[in-house]
Amino acid sequence: MAYDYTKRTDLKGDVDKQKQAHKVLKEITFKPALPQRGYNDRTLYVNLTDLTIEERPVTQQMKDKFIGGRGFGLWFLWNATQASTRWNDPENELIIAPGPLAGNTQYPGSGKSLVVTLSPMTDIPIDCNVGGYFGPLMKFCGFDALEIQGKAARDVILVIDGPKGRIAIEEAPLENVDSHVAAEVFTHQYADDEKDLPNVSVVSAGRAADHTRIGCLNFSWYDLRRKATRLKQAGRGGTGTVFRDKKLKALVVHGFPVKGDQNNPADLERIARIGVKMHKELHDFDDSQCHMRRQGTAHLVEIMDAYDLLPVHNFQYGNHPDTPRINSQVWDKRFTQGIPDGCWYGCSMACSKGADEHQVMTGPYRGHSNTVDGPEYETAAGVGANCGIFDPDWLLECNFYCDVYGIDTISFGTLCAFCMECWQRGILNAERTGGLEIKFGSGPAQLELMHQMAEGRGFGLIAGQGVARMKKIFAEKGWGEAQLLNDIGMEVKGLEFSQYMSKESLAQQGGYSLTNKGPQHDEAWLIFMDMVNKQIPTFEDKAEALFYFPIFRTWFGLNGLCKLPWNDIEPADNARTPEPAKVPEHVQNYCELFAGITGREIDRHELLRMSRGVYNFQRVFNLRQGKGQRAHDRPPYRAVGPVTVEEYTSRAERYDKQLKEILGVDPAGKSVEEKMALTREHREAQYEKLMDAVYKRRGWTPNGVPTLETLKEVGMDFPELVAVVEQHL
Amino acid sequence: MKVLVGDPGKCKLVHACEAACAKVLHKKTGRPHAAIRVDPVEGQPRFQVCNQCGECITVCPTGALTRAKSGIVLLKKDLCVACYMCVGFCPSLSMVRAEGVLPPFKCISCGQCVKACPEKALSLVEQPHEGLPS
Repeated sequence: MAYDYTKRTDLKGDVDKQKQAHKVLKEITFKPALPQRGYNDRTLYVNLTDLTIEERPVTQQMKDKFIGGRGFGLWFLWNATQASTRWNDPENELIIAPGPLAGNTQYPGSGKSLVVTLSPMTDIPIDCNVGGYFGPLMKFCGFDALEIQGKAARDVILVIDGPKGRIAIEEAPLENVDSHVAAEVFTHQYADDEKDLPNVSVVSAGRAADHTRIGCLNFSWYDLRRKATRLKQAGRGGTGTVFRDKKLKALVVHGFPVKGDQNNPADLERIARIGVKMHKELHDFDDSQCHMRRQGTAHLVEIMDAYDLLPVHNFQYGNHPDTPRINSQVWDKRFTQGIPDGCWYGCSMACSKGADEHQVMTGPYRGHSNTVDGPEYETAAGVGANCGIFDPDWLLECNFYCDVYGIDTISFGTLCAFCMECWQRGILNAERTGGLEIKFGSGPAQLELMHQMAEGRGFGLIAGQGVARMKKIFAEKGWGEAQLLNDIGMEVKGLEFSQYMSKESLAQQGGYSLTNKGPQHDEAWLIFMDMVNKQIPTFEDKAEALFYFPIFRTWFGLNGLCKLPWNDIEPADNARTPEPAKVPEHVQNYCELFAGITGREIDRHELLRMSRGVYNFQRVFNLRQGKGQRAHDRPPYRAVGPVTVEEYTSRAERYDKQLKEILGVDPAGKSVEEKMALTREHREAQYEKLMDAVYKRRGWTPNGVPTLETLKEVGMDFPELVAVVEQHL
Repeated sequence: MKVLVGDPGKCKLVHACEAACAKVLHKKTGRPHAAIRVDPVEGQPRFQVCNQCGECITVCPTGALTRAKSGIVLLKKDLCVACYMCVGFCPSLSMVRAEGVLPPFKCISCGQCVKACPEKALSLVEQPHEGLPS
């Protein structure tokens, strides 16, 4: 069936009438400016409680120590909050910062905004890396970051209008808060005419962010081919929940038409040269490598299934016979092909795929025809396989409503799978869920849970608190044993796992659990290096990988870049380099890109040094907020080994062989429970050894606290950081 | 549409076409500013120049590249964001860029190189463009 990418239900309504109802609470004029060598040296501070809007300078120290993006966000948040601050305190901030390299149009993946706030899931900083045009357009109005503090009394929007030199806080009572409508309406309200639509970007959440802790933010961009706004998500950790708690309905930036040199780079020729080289690589090799241009990250579904790594039924199993129903061949046909799908100009990886003409089956938009952005791998695996739902239409339905309602697909998938397993084991039943039969495989039940979250009713209110709080609630009510709930509840630090099975990869167990923000694969994805390619066999090898990759990957977030063009496309000769997992040629590209824009020459060592400072700063920040120690870095046993007899039995050959070969124990004659206990003892001990090795390599104490020597080495020996660390030495 | 075609048998590699093109497009004389490049490959001249296939139209994020009624693919400079995806994705490597010039550029079949070639090695040949990206 052919889908028409120009067709969808018109959701705008009377945009002028809605705009006329706005009441300006505060407005200021400002002088728009373009950055010089990637920096404006100016940020924007807004307080929604007392309606302050002010420009603030960027210091040289900020640029040296924190670089930009996530670094700036963490620094602002540290200064704005205290150890006692929680996500819904007025002093909590929501920071959006694009980074010095963001907005260049030549290198793929250069349009990212970093969102930082204190998370309602974890009570520590969360950082999200998100596409869409907001960050770059704001940067080209003259601001390196936007800091929002305080809470409004009623629903407001913040408008940054570069061409008009105006910043305003406006009450906006009539507009729909749901993201696909909000983005469309506000874009049309603030664009001067049709040609101007791509110069507007909107940040919004959705109605479920009002009632859950897993609210996400959608960052829009105007898709010229589809003639519609598209959305990318700052998904993890409840950014949308903080946004709605501040009574923000939307952030709107109206920027200037984009040109290729608005960063005023030090050496445009250098950037252009490596940009073209990357475009050519994608042209030449994507079809034989990752198919990102046709399938986005959804190409991973069958690969993960083949290696027993696709989470199925709440991470119990790693593959499923029905996976072909949601694999890349399905999405290749379902996504519209042949039109640019970059979430910023110049992204030739173009992985922001869209499934057009999805006929909405449930909820308030039932009967509408809409474009669904994605699904990406994490969504297909999380709300699909992990919940035992292998129907592409239900998957699109769930993806659609997650975005519309402002819900993180990863946390939703993992918490829904947890509820489904609780149902399977009798921890939940119809009486306890208010009649919701939340069973594996049920798309309608999954969507009903979602609509309950959106409407703030029923079991949706409980589930929307996330896995960590559900475990506690269920145990307190006596619905299940705390041990089992803790073993199968897939969260660390309060954040739900993203969608990879880590049982057979010790390094990935660390990749998830030894993270700063919680178990998200963007710090370290080591499964293939560890389990498949066996490149990091010893504890020291694994520790080195868990030192290098999280720090290297941090650098993308400091600069406003996407991780994907680093290793989801590789140069032809990459496999023949000494360290192919690092993709050395692309690392060199990033050094050149940084030098080409900022004028500051760096090499791969300096690149790591930049990131290592911020990474350790974030660890100390966690420590200040009451986490950041060894006790907070342990995974649930489901991430480490088989929790139940069914799990053990399903891979008995593998586990029996490991008992024999690794522990020297003959499994013959032993009960499954005995074998499980031996396996658990061994695997948990291995993980403790891994922590020791990683902490040592990172320059942290055995309790996971950065030493004073480490803080000095990475240039983060500020007195206030030292004071926090000293309490734990 | 008229497509520029070179005859390797006639070309003597004097590069007059490149000079004429650079002059027309950028008022420059050097080959880096020309949209046609001729190089010897295995003893034969090889013409690197746009065949108006239109693949660049499909990758352009801003609609800056369009096919004119004549069939020729044209770049609207005011819409171009200098991302150079068209440069990296051109199958014949004939969308090019030059130092100091922000937008990329290509052959627009203006015919100045045809006139400039002393060996009459270049000609504009009428070809159909139905079914090609527009």
